[in-house]
Amino acid sequence: MTNHSPANTSAGDLLMQSQALQATRQAKFAQRKVVNRVALSLSLMAMAFGLFWLFWILFETIRLGIGGLSFATLTQMTPPPNDEGGLANAMYGSFLMVMLATFVGTPIGVMAGIYLAEFDTKGWLATVTRFVNDILLSAPSIVIGLFVYAIIVSRFKSFSGWAGVIALALIVIPVVIRTTENMLQLIPSGLREAAYALGAPKWKVILSITLKAARAGVVTGVMLAVARIAGETAPLLFTALNNQFWTSSLSEPMASLPVTIFKFAMSPYENWQKLAWAGVFLITMTVLGLNILARVVTRAR
Amino acid sequence: MSSTLPARPMPQSRVDGNLDETKRRVMTQPPPLKTARSGPMADRIFGWLAKGAALFTLALLIAILVSLTISAWPAISKYGLGFLTSTTWDPVKEEYGGLVMIYGTLMTSFIALLIAVPVSFGIALFLTELSPAWLKRPLGTAIELLAAVPSIVYGMWGLLVFSPVLSTYVQQPLQAAFGDVPVLKALFSGPPVGIGILSAGIILAIMIIPFIAAVMRDVFEVTPPLLKESAYGLGATTWEVVSKVVLPYTKAGVVGGIMLGLGRAIGETMAVTFVIGNFNQLDSLSLFQAANSITSALANEFAEAGEGLHQAALMYLGLVLFFITFVVLILSKLLLSQLKKGEGAKT
Repeated sequence: MTNHSPANTSAGDLLMQSQALQATRQAKFAQRKVVNRVALSLSLMAMAFGLFWLFWILFETIRLGIGGLSFATLTQMTPPPNDEGGLANAMYGSFLMVMLATFVGTPIGVMAGIYLAEFDTKGWLATVTRFVNDILLSAPSIVIGLFVYAIIVSRFKSFSGWAGVIALALIVIPVVIRTTENMLQLIPSGLREAAYALGAPKWKVILSITLKAARAGVVTGVMLAVARIAGETAPLLFTALNNQFWTSSLSEPMASLPVTIFKFAMSPYENWQKLAWAGVFLITMTVLGLNILARVVTRAR
Repeated sequence: MSSTLPARPMPQSRVDGNLDETKRRVMTQPPPLKTARSGPMADRIFGWLAKGAALFTLALLIAILVSLTISAWPAISKYGLGFLTSTTWDPVKEEYGGLVMIYGTLMTSFIALLIAVPVSFGIALFLTELSPAWLKRPLGTAIELLAAVPSIVYGMWGLLVFSPVLSTYVQQPLQAAFGDVPVLKALFSGPPVGIGILSAGIILAIMIIPFIAAVMRDVFEVTPPLLKESAYGLGATTWEVVSKVVLPYTKAGVVGGIMLGLGRAIGETMAVTFVIGNFNQLDSLSLFQAANSITSALANEFAEAGEGLHQAALMYLGLVLFFITFVVLILSKLLLSQLKKGEGAKT
């Protein structure tokens, strides 16, 4: 060692060192690769886990739902236990209440969304409204049901279709506010300024320029809101209650698909359970169809 | 027409406003006289309507709080905050306490988060970093559809399809395996019938996975590509990029997504009502034990409850539920703003 020149020594040492270093690096690298592979496999499994539930639920819904579905399901009234019947009144009730709730809730939601996006984007009222809207959006739907019960059902001493409509409309509003505001904010301000420069008044700019440009997004929001309330059960349980018969009168208790499913599914009667599965099938297909349609509408833009 | 529009008359019309008919005809094709005149008034009305709609949502929240408090007042004045710690729920003797339901709600939501958070993270990781581009959209949509399935469908499926499977393939083996281990024994005791806190928690987890996963995916996607590419350029593996670059960058959004899922889980009604068992006693910590949650107590008992203390107690529960979701939301907002501030200070 001693008769070697210093330069050589350091070169040899370096070689030794770098070899050791290389080995540790290699080991470390291998370890990192293993960790990476494990993490990515877990991620793949998580994805499979998520899809697994979707397919299982859809499979059972279709399998058991089609079994309970027949022409009578669509045309006959809900039966007493162990009797033949269908879901016609429940479907009609659901349709009526969802439609009315959408007609009531959409204009209010759109107007409030317009206010947030066009009139007052940073003021205190907008900040508070946005915050309140977040709360309403995440408020449990059953609490909305309780509220409508407290202000309407207990006052008029009767469960009614109107109470159901109001409960559902209150769920529509925050969803529509959120999407309307978001969609209006995406509209480039140049479009607005161009319209103003032509002398259009503000209401006209909003209604026929910005809102029109954001139409697809707003429609999507409304459709998602409809999909959401079509499957809502909790707010109807003690507002519209249920009704065994066909009724168009909104001042009486009114049957709806979800509440009927709830009642039938919890019962021990076989024909009721069968009808409940048919109802689940119908409701799932409607809601998923609306969701997919909403996606197609946005993608078309 | 617009190309022939002279620049000169414009300022004139702005200054004096009353342009004579002939000149106007020359300038623009159809004279939008009426619209222009009705502008300010219509504008004001439109503005009021918009403001009214915004104020309506404020009034709505206040009305919900006030009306629930008024309806719950008999129970609030009788029990006060002791309601929250009492486990008695006896409609016959008119004795009410909400701890059983509050425990059920919190425990099922906790189990749901325990399962849903890692799974959602995995899904978001898969969708942003692993999935081939053509698969991203269909897979993302599939996961989002999981959120669209109505909760009553989850409930019925959970009761009639899932709980028998859970009982046979999960609960019974778990009891057989851990029946003698001290701590786990307590968790896995009770009848393995597939109904109870565990199954409610699992179904809630499935329901909130899409919410958390969607938020995580969205925030992962806003990570600047430059950051990720720099890390890849230094030789980082995909996992290292996600865990050391993407996750720290997006932690605020991730926490927000988790809170969103938690809020969903706490407020979920129908799915829980089907599978939790609706059992108003709290005598063991077992996960297999039938229990009750705030939402399912409301769904089951409210329509039948007579006016009076029973209804007031249920309204009180509803108020507690609203308060819990309120706190979760505020917490998430505060946390988000604080995390954002922290990030701002570091850079």
